[in-house]
Amino acid sequence: MGKTLVEKIWDAHVVKSQEGFPDILYIDTHLIHEVTSPQAFDGLRKRGLPVLRPQQTVATADHNVPTLNQHLPIQEELSRYQVDMLTKNTSEFGIELYGLGHPYQGIVHVIGPELGITQPGKTMVCGDSHTSTHGAFGAIAFGIGTSQVEQVFATQCLLLQKPKTMKIEVNGELAKGVGAKDIILYIISKISAAGGTGYFVEYAGSAIRSLSMEGRMTICNMSIEMGARGGLIAPDQTTFDYIHGREFAPKGEEWDQALAYWKTLYSDKDVTFDAVLEFDAADIEPMITYGTNPGMGVGVTQNIPAMTTLPASEQPSFKKSLDYMGFQDNEPVLNKPVDYVFIGSCTNSRIEDLREVAAFVQGKQKAEGVEVWIVPGSKQVEAQAKEEGIDKVFQDAGFLLREPGCSACLGMNEDKIPAGKYCVSTSNRNFEGRQGPNARTMLVSPLTAAAAAVSGKVVDVRSMI
Amino acid sequence: MKKFKKITSPVVPLPIENIDTDQIIPARFLKATTREGFGDNLFRDWRYNSDNQPKAEFVLNDPTFQGQILIAGKNFGCGSSREHAAWAIQDYGFDVVISSFFADIFKGNALNNGVLPIQVTEEFLEKIFASVFADANSTLTIDLQAQTVTIDQTQDSFSFEINAYKKSCLINGYDDIDFILSHKEQIKEFENK
Repeated sequence: MGKTLVEKIWDAHVVKSQEGFPDILYIDTHLIHEVTSPQAFDGLRKRGLPVLRPQQTVATADHNVPTLNQHLPIQEELSRYQVDMLTKNTSEFGIELYGLGHPYQGIVHVIGPELGITQPGKTMVCGDSHTSTHGAFGAIAFGIGTSQVEQVFATQCLLLQKPKTMKIEVNGELAKGVGAKDIILYIISKISAAGGTGYFVEYAGSAIRSLSMEGRMTICNMSIEMGARGGLIAPDQTTFDYIHGREFAPKGEEWDQALAYWKTLYSDKDVTFDAVLEFDAADIEPMITYGTNPGMGVGVTQNIPAMTTLPASEQPSFKKSLDYMGFQDNEPVLNKPVDYVFIGSCTNSRIEDLREVAAFVQGKQKAEGVEVWIVPGSKQVEAQAKEEGIDKVFQDAGFLLREPGCSACLGMNEDKIPAGKYCVSTSNRNFEGRQGPNARTMLVSPLTAAAAAVSGKVVDVRSMI
Repeated sequence: MKKFKKITSPVVPLPIENIDTDQIIPARFLKATTREGFGDNLFRDWRYNSDNQPKAEFVLNDPTFQGQILIAGKNFGCGSSREHAAWAIQDYGFDVVISSFFADIFKGNALNNGVLPIQVTEEFLEKIFASVFADANSTLTIDLQAQTVTIDQTQDSFSFEINAYKKSCLINGYDDIDFILSHKEQIKEFENK
């Protein structure tokens, strides 16, 4: 009997497996940021322990940083203190930091792949639930809590139960104007925000294979939004081409060895997954969320579900959600007015996302009264955008290109959506207050966000391309 | 970590589904660099108005409901991996959270801090909600050793599941680092393979 991709990588990293205990799993790469690491460093100090493998640990500042005037000291006192703590801690424990001002600084899940740190077959963790992004390369990558950050610091290992495996196949061809973000929002809308809980998901099928690495990262990124521990995609030539030549990618003979191993990383034909789901790409239209969890999504031409179609037990939470959004059940989402457009976050802030938006808005203007924030995922994305003249396109359209960070995805810095305002956003969560107290979020693809920016309302981007 | 003892307590009911960690502790309160004090901002935006006045209708502001046990609708703790959510719940004074379904990362974070997440059936959850809404003073008894949760007034009991290793950690107050560190040699051997 063969093994699934998850099993192959998992089994290659088990330090010890014993009856009645979780496995001790070795972690190849530990990514850290300023918000979920300080208490873990404190824990090490209390125990008198060093970081066991500092050279396998990479730090950046992203959650808390301002996205304007990054060359100046951080204005907000608590944010500044937390970012300073990261500088102190990484220096004390000998960890490489790509902090503010560094040409590699950026959202942790954007810089790992672009620096070639993310590689097939690795185990990777970070104190951030969107660590699943790195699974796009055929790695086991998942988010952990701060106690686990401390465990990895101290031991380079985690105690974990082997997860169940789920295969999600998407076959067929995507319609024009429909992309990776629509695929994942569609899947979550079908299986709910808890539909993947307890599983590690492998995405497969021709529609997934046809995606670029950026698109695959968008898919894997949102695995947690269906509750899954992580998501991954078997590596192929697209993966190898993306990694080749990047800063920390293997070189020369090491590359050949790595490539030979990476080519063995796929689920064997005779394996059984604990669950299998199949979707047809042709059924997917541009998606948008109307509620306060990522499972509450519909095709942009559809109506919000009627209350009566839901089980009685789910109706109170559904109603609470629609009340928060200021929406009615059974009404269309098309033509809903938009106040803000946020294009950014670890889901959609890569150069490909910015290129797609720029190509669409070229020669167009943002609608009156709409504020548009474009937040690149990293200094490298920002530099590339400028090199390609994308910044000029945004400027001419009235869009504001800011500096890299998590920004309005979670509103930890100043980038908050005001109370009651509607924000069409390429981020990953539409929870109550996520983008600011009482802010109302509608999750979409970069293309649908760009269409909303120039229209001032929710539109079907397919009618504009 | 403190040792988990048998608990008998009234409960605080929160019959809402999909309570995400942004509701438990909004991101703007994650700037502290210690583990203490997060309880003040537990459920911040449900608990206080924008001018920081308590919202009378929210259960934590209702003196009728008190206790060490929080009960909530399904898919509790979904969303972000922030352990601050578990810290906030513990700092506020809850030792147990009961729901019909938990998000994975939250469950792990809670256990790593000595907060016990208990998953019960939808049916048993309804019974607990019914008992507390009928009488706010009704109590539950949580016996981790026996893995039971009992509605004391009716003696209706439910046997819950917990990983044997995690159970022993809670009862003895051990954490994972001690356990992994006891395998230091194996880790070195693995690295040298």
